[in-house]
Amino acid sequence: MKIRLFAGLLALGLAAGCGGATVDGGATTAASPEGSADAATPAGTVKIAINPWVGYEASANVVAYLLKNELGYTVELPEIKEQLAWEGFETGDVDVIIENWGHPDLKKQYIEEKKVAVEAGSTGNKGVIGWYIPKWMADENPDITDWKNLNKYADLFKTSESGGKGQLLFGDPSYVSNEAALIKNLKLDFKIVTGGSEAALIKSAQQAQAQKKPLLFYFWDPHWLFSQTELVRVNLPEYTEGCDADPKKVACDYPEMDLDKIVSKKFADTGGKAYELVKNFQWTNEDQNKVSDDMTNGGMSGEEAAKAWIEANPDKWQAWIPK
Amino acid sequence: MSSTAVTPASRLRVPRWVVPAGIAALFALAYLAFRGTGTLPHNSEAAPFTAVTELREWIDDHRNDNPLFLYFLNYIRLFVDALYTSFHAVLVAMGWPGLIGVMGGLAWLAGGWRVALMAVAGFCSFGVFGLWQSSVETLALVSAAVLLSLAIGVPLGIWAGMSARVRKAVTPVLDVMQIMPTFAYLAPLALFFHIGAPAGVIATMIYSIPPAIRITALAIEQVSPTAVEASASLGATQAQTLFKVYLPLARSTMALAVNQTIMMALSMVVIANLISAPGLGSDIIRGLSRAQVGIMLPAGIAIVIMAVILDRMMVSVARRDPHSRIGRGNVAAAGVLAVAGLVAAAFVPRQWPEDLTVSVTRPINEAVLWAETSWYGVTTFVKDTVTIYLLNPLETVFTTAPWWLVAAAVLLVAWRVSGVRPALTALVCLLGIALLGTWEHSMRTLTTVAVAVVATLAIGVLLGIAAARSDRFSAVQRPLLDAAQTMPAFVYLLPALALFGTTRFTAIFASIIYAVPPVVRLVEDGIRHVPTSVIEAAASAGSTSAQILWKVQLPMARRAILLAANQGIVLTLAMVVVGGLVGAGALGYDVVLGFSQRPDFGMGFVAGVATVLLGVMLDRITQGADRRSLPHKRKFT
Amino acid sequence: MSPDNAAIAVEGLWKIFGPKSERVLASEDKHLDPAALREKTGCTAAVRDVGFEVRPGEVFVVMGLSGSGKSTLVRCLTRLIEPTAGRVTIGGEDVIGASPAKLRDLRRHHVSMVFQHFGLLPHRRVIDNVAYGLEVQGAAKAARHERAREILSLVGLDGHADSYPDQLSGGMQQRVGLARALAVDPQVMLFDEPFSALDPLIRRDMQAEVVRLHREVGKTMVFITHDLSEALKLGERIAIMRDGRIVQLGTPEELVGAPADDYVADFVRDVPRSHVLTLRWIARPPEERENLDGPELPANTLIKDAIGAVSTSSRPIRVMDGEELAGVFDRVDMLAFLSGQETPATAQVGA
Ligand SMILES: Nc1ncnc2c1ncn2[C@@H]1O[C@H](COP(=O)(O)OP(=O)(O)OP(=O)(O)O)[C@@H](O)[C@H]1O
Ligand SMILES: [Mg+2]
Repeated sequence: MKIRLFAGLLALGLAAGCGGATVDGGATTAASPEGSADAATPAGTVKIAINPWVGYEASANVVAYLLKNELGYTVELPEIKEQLAWEGFETGDVDVIIENWGHPDLKKQYIEEKKVAVEAGSTGNKGVIGWYIPKWMADENPDITDWKNLNKYADLFKTSESGGKGQLLFGDPSYVSNEAALIKNLKLDFKIVTGGSEAALIKSAQQAQAQKKPLLFYFWDPHWLFSQTELVRVNLPEYTEGCDADPKKVACDYPEMDLDKIVSKKFADTGGKAYELVKNFQWTNEDQNKVSDDMTNGGMSGEEAAKAWIEANPDKWQAWIPK
Repeated sequence: MSSTAVTPASRLRVPRWVVPAGIAALFALAYLAFRGTGTLPHNSEAAPFTAVTELREWIDDHRNDNPLFLYFLNYIRLFVDALYTSFHAVLVAMGWPGLIGVMGGLAWLAGGWRVALMAVAGFCSFGVFGLWQSSVETLALVSAAVLLSLAIGVPLGIWAGMSARVRKAVTPVLDVMQIMPTFAYLAPLALFFHIGAPAGVIATMIYSIPPAIRITALAIEQVSPTAVEASASLGATQAQTLFKVYLPLARSTMALAVNQTIMMALSMVVIANLISAPGLGSDIIRGLSRAQVGIMLPAGIAIVIMAVILDRMMVSVARRDPHSRIGRGNVAAAGVLAVAGLVAAAFVPRQWPEDLTVSVTRPINEAVLWAETSWYGVTTFVKDTVTIYLLNPLETVFTTAPWWLVAAAVLLVAWRVSGVRPALTALVCLLGIALLGTWEHSMRTLTTVAVAVVATLAIGVLLGIAAARSDRFSAVQRPLLDAAQTMPAFVYLLPALALFGTTRFTAIFASIIYAVPPVVRLVEDGIRHVPTSVIEAAASAGSTSAQILWKVQLPMARRAILLAANQGIVLTLAMVVVGGLVGAGALGYDVVLGFSQRPDFGMGFVAGVATVLLGVMLDRITQGADRRSLPHKRKFT
Repeated sequence: MSPDNAAIAVEGLWKIFGPKSERVLASEDKHLDPAALREKTGCTAAVRDVGFEVRPGEVFVVMGLSGSGKSTLVRCLTRLIEPTAGRVTIGGEDVIGASPAKLRDLRRHHVSMVFQHFGLLPHRRVIDNVAYGLEVQGAAKAARHERAREILSLVGLDGHADSYPDQLSGGMQQRVGLARALAVDPQVMLFDEPFSALDPLIRRDMQAEVVRLHREVGKTMVFITHDLSEALKLGERIAIMRDGRIVQLGTPEELVGAPADDYVADFVRDVPRSHVLTLRWIARPPEERENLDGPELPANTLIKDAIGAVSTSSRPIRVMDGEELAGVFDRVDMLAFLSGQETPATAQVGA
């Protein structure tokens, strides 16, 4: 039994062909997109990682819809969190990250050092993360929007979960986050409480607005919520180039980011038209918010919302389709 | 003689509660005096954390050039990946009618037309819910994991069953593995096997091996020694005795081992999604991170359905009359079903047709929203009351007490309840927790566990007593318990999440509903096993039914109740840790965070280790009842 | 009789259970009594320095109280339990030094065993249980089934070949056990309390069965029991064990007539001695002028069988050993013997 197992492993090793197996070695090809990608249908499989916020899903669904219906690809949308998705480039579990928020460290590691990923251009979306409060709070206490005064109002933000300090509500554990460092370095009397999801943030924000409950929370633009609920951003110390270089020493606000697309090296090399489409994909924050809004509030599935937008904006997406 | 002995003693005797109360008061005083000193606040950059994070970075950089990985670990990964991929490919290639037909056929062979009908209906429901693809992935993942678990677990189990020495060596390892919260398995696996399906298969496999080994060993041990001796006395070789005596005689128990392995694997597949394993877990986690019960519930139900189908099949195999053969009619029917499916598959697309799906996401979300808004007052009141008046003060006590005071308390309690050796083990675990830099978060988790355990035991013991005293109540409750115990752990998160959002209370609520069924069952069985002759004797002495309960049944069922407490605690811990996904915070959240944020990997990893230490500690503290008398901890009776 | 022509010869056999049994064997501790030994070393000496020989074709019974080491002893004979020290030869072959293959051969062809709890395989039909020994030898299916059927009819189980063991009564199950042991046509059969799990009526049937089989197939048998009447009924010679030692070995008559110690005497106390002892035991030298023309009876006649003769004869009965006069006895002797029976047999033992 043991011997046979060993022999099996050995055979696999030989198949991998390099006297030693690497993580992205031979056996995964069965599920990889390349090979038949350039041929006519069926064109192959594209795996777009899904990160847990609706804007991302909106972009992913539009691209997926086009890949499926215009180019004849099979598309998988595995639920993989931001940072793990980068590892997915290496293991072959991910071909595309459709909306990347910065991550210079990961770019260095996976693009420059490991060479398993490449950039595929901007999505056209401008992204910015920040701390927000409902507008009525800013109306009542105009100085609250300056971070220096946050401690003064910390008591307002206390909850049963925040252990005697003010609560800073955070979203999904995987989101880009400097919160811990900011609280520490700016000496804020606040505690991060993780709501666990975008939905928790939205719900709390809406409640805070409707029921006039104090709330300080992590949020980002582009987001459809801004068109429905009036939010005010708290000004943290201004961002300057390089002030966030050391994640532990960050004491400044988030920068405005050019959101971009990252694909695996393999996909870039062999993805053919699918890769072209991903590279060409570019739209505005309004476009994304429209699709997100349909998905969240219009009762549409991702696919339906994508379809609706695509039917309404043929001129935009037709430019993305490779000739 | 006896009277002379008693008189002087009774003069000196103080009521029994005085000593413990005095000690408790002493501890309270010490707490008040030293509160806030000797605490070990959490530091997310503690040395053990950063060391592991660095190790991870190093491994990531050298995964493809270090010989250990190049020539060993990566081969395992490759092999497992190939296994999963080929299972998946075969299942997909069968097409949906083919898979349904084949499963139906197998179910028919295992348990006749009823089970077959159930299997067909169940697999159709996967398609109808729009979860066909995820279900197939999960099935492939579970199959691969179960196959590997059995390939390793069964031989080991047989060996352990036949050799006392091996058994002795293996048992403590299995004990620890069984009290290890599922989360703790993930980080080391991600370290060695990266992420994705193969890592998920390996995680699942490691989780489901213990029952495979344990129950197989049990099955082998139970084989009549005379039959074995008779075989040897006729000159059978070891191998002949194994194949002609041990294995056939152990067959039905071993079928339960397989069953148990499958159930464990199914309950792990969701959690394995944290390291990017595909399948239904992905839908559940998606639902969790969108806070949409409508996404989670169908996927959760699909897993339960899969568990129930496989469970029925395996249980039918185990229960089958050993002398009867499968009738020719049944074989034919099964064959027809399978072939019909495969033939039909040639004419329809492989994917489940979209017009045959029903989207239940929205109605469920709406129902949940309705429940949420209309019960808001009650749920918030319960949640806030427990949090403010119980959880928070207790947490403050635990986190502000000096570490040495907590250690002393643990040592003392464990010593009183379980004896010297368990107490020392508990102490070592606690010190380990402190050294790893996870003290504060462990204390927070401990708080949550404590609250959940008290509630679990109160509810469980009450229901258990009720069931033991009323056959009718028991008859109603049993099937519910059976169903509850077949369900994978995280399913319990859903209602909790729907009602209470993401808070610590959610985790408490989930762990209560998770841990109550086994507690009820143990208590009921314990009380019911009190010999009738004793009860009759008590009744004939004129005891009321309440007196019988308090003076006879409960004291005599003490062992079972202690065991129930022990199990309740271990299960609660496991669930509270998983509760990190729904707001439980502390250790469980650290583990989740470790997978979400690279710089926190080390903290997550260490938190996983800390949960294991915490589990061992709680287990040892409450070990008063001999845990090993219950060889398989959950599920079937 | 030399070991070579004995069917089984055992010499200096020891079995000590527990840790470091060799060391205990080497020390003087091995002579401690069981409780003290366990106290001191944690070991149990189940068989202590046992030696005996069994003649070909003999039924050799081992008796003793529960825990006296009978089962251990009989299992040591084929090394189902590995003895700690000693020599065992079966059919002239050394068992202790035998290689695993040799030992297997011995078990397959020369010695087979019947167990107290039957040890049948519940998942096999009766016929496959009986054929099991042949199966492990590698016999073809048809051949072994044919043989199994023969044996089944020998033990009176025709027509039950296709039943499963749990469909048979206890007595029938033990017949299957017996058939299984017989099927391999061994020279030696070992029985470990084969009938103690059966009720008395069936037990008597089965004992008769063994007697019949012994007559028909003439095997050498070692028979373990703790039932004295069973021992007396079957045994040509009986060994009595206590705390792992054989305290007396002899014919039933010797045991009952001259118990070696209180333990044995206690054992045989309730035996109706007239049912075991022969005329030899009450024959006395004729007195002077005693009438020597009474009826003759052979010396190996059981005493009980002579009661009728002596009561109808006014003259002393002559006890004949072949052609020679072994002694005489009369009614008075008989009455004295029969009434002496009321007093414990120890009276005889004094010496
Ligand atoms: N495997 C073992 N390990 C340790 N001690 C043993 C073992 N088997 C038997 N013994 C001990 O050896 C002694 C003799 O046991 P054995 O089974 O031979 O007695 P027995 O005469 O057959 O009794 P019974 O009439 O009850 O069958 C007993 O004290 C028993 O406890
Ligand atoms: Mg015995």
